[in-house]
Amino acid sequence: MEKLLELKDVSLTYQTPKDEITAIKNLSFYCNKGDFMSIIGPSGCGKTTVLSLIAGLISPTFGEISISGEKNPLKRENLGYMLQKDELFAWRNIERNIFLPLEIKGIKSKSAKENAISLLKKYGLYDFRKNYPDELSGGMRQRVALIRTLVSNPELLLLDEPFSALDSQTRLSVCDDVYKIIKSEQKTAILVTHDISEAISMSDIIIVLTARPAKVKSIFIPNIEGDSPIRKRESPDFSIWFEKIWRELHV
Amino acid sequence: MKKLTAYSKERIKYLNKRKRDKFSIIFLRIFLLIALLGIWELFAENGIIDPFITSSPSRIVKTLKNLFINDNFTYHIGITLYETVVGFIFAVGVGYTVALLLWWSDKIRKVLEPYIVVLNSLPKIALGPIIIIWFGSGEKSIIFMAFIIGIIVAIMTMLNGFLAIDKNKILLLRSFGANKFQILLKLVIPGSIPTLISMLKISVGMAWIGSIMGEYLVSRAGLGYLIVYGGQVFKLDLVMASTVVLCVLATLMYVLIATLEKVIIKYKNE
Ligand SMILES: Nc1ncnc2c1ncn2[C@@H]1O[C@H](COP(=O)(O)OP(=O)(O)OP(=O)(O)O)[C@@H](O)[C@H]1O
Ligand SMILES: [Mg+2]
Repeated sequence: MEKLLELKDVSLTYQTPKDEITAIKNLSFYCNKGDFMSIIGPSGCGKTTVLSLIAGLISPTFGEISISGEKNPLKRENLGYMLQKDELFAWRNIERNIFLPLEIKGIKSKSAKENAISLLKKYGLYDFRKNYPDELSGGMRQRVALIRTLVSNPELLLLDEPFSALDSQTRLSVCDDVYKIIKSEQKTAILVTHDISEAISMSDIIIVLTARPAKVKSIFIPNIEGDSPIRKRESPDFSIWFEKIWRELHV
Repeated sequence: MKKLTAYSKERIKYLNKRKRDKFSIIFLRIFLLIALLGIWELFAENGIIDPFITSSPSRIVKTLKNLFINDNFTYHIGITLYETVVGFIFAVGVGYTVALLLWWSDKIRKVLEPYIVVLNSLPKIALGPIIIIWFGSGEKSIIFMAFIIGIIVAIMTMLNGFLAIDKNKILLLRSFGANKFQILLKLVIPGSIPTLISMLKISVGMAWIGSIMGEYLVSRAGLGYLIVYGGQVFKLDLVMASTVVLCVLATLMYVLIATLEKVIIKYKNE
């Protein structure tokens, strides 16, 4: 297995006028290429901070983060970040929304645009390419947001509670869609979530963090039968894993 | 998605009712105007009110006719319009640019904050004498007055719009590797167009306040001048006639911007 991402003794302290907050302390873990990893932990423990660090949006106070061996955060261009809300731009239609990363990165080639459009086609959104975001349902918008992160062809996807703004029914199906899209595009993904079932049904590997300052509390590898999150939820092993992880979170 | 479907009975009923409502509102508006003008005219005619003090619609119309034929009224209108439009354009243009600068640099924003607050609360008319000494007693002073009254509001409205841009959208662009200039171009400017439009609407009003106030202070021509002059020599007809024209012009300029808004929305939807 090839290591794609590695964090070594990473610490981060936020400085605010009133106080300093150590969000992360001596956090180390790695993620193999092609894995779907979930990070769960109590709220406010520093999960979003971990993703921001990996994305290079903030720099660690101590420690080192490398992606494919590259330690310079400025050269970390091969990753895609997906936020809690879709953050689609209301004044751009769907097509122009998904072209946004290309525009920012100055990629003008026709093939890149064609690739983006083919992703829309593949995941059933082609007919909506000229529509505006407010004409789409929440689930569709979230799928568009995922496609937008895929168009620049990132190796590593960072997903920060991407389903939490959806209602529970939509959530299950979008969860399934997103999983299938990520697997069929053969991406490595790190998902941050509050939801234990979501973590178990989607991931190859689960990292449980302690309360702030975040450290790795334990690691689980739920190898549940089934080729999609919904299938995995139906497996008898599912509830066993659920209980295990629930206990781990609540002691 | 826009689909063409046959309208249901309920929908047709609803649409008809809407049309009727809209029609009746327009009708009532016109009716109210005619009624008010009629009462005014009647009262003035029958000596219930003194037309020398209150003027009357027919006298206003007569005065307007006279003004246009004998007194070069278009010249006065042109002057005021020119001062207002130039003041407006400068206030809006410079205001927008300054707001961009303040958005760009937190440091500059924080340094300038108290100055803007003071300028905002200062009654600009108090600057009248200074402006006259600096710019003379002509158009330049009046344009500057329109400018100084408009710009502060333009800056503050725009800056609030820029700062209200969703932080997560900025984060998203940064995760694509966007620099500050790209964030400005792709997010802040297009995302604040609604604010720009309300800023333009407010600024039109401000420009009129500025130019008329300026004319009250210094000028020898323009609608504000005619109003002040009419007041001094007790020609209420002249005052009223000029005010009416002012109303019409201000409305037209507002409508122009409201149309611009519609064009932008339509453009977006195509
Ligand atoms: N920019 C910041 N400045 C100061 N403190 C911050 C900042 N961002 C986060 N924090 C603090 O760091 C801690 C971790 O925040 P973070 O958002 O990473 O947690 P989280 O696990 O993602 O929380 P949640 O479950 O609510 O999403 C919190 O206590 C938060 O208050
Ligand atoms: Mg978070």
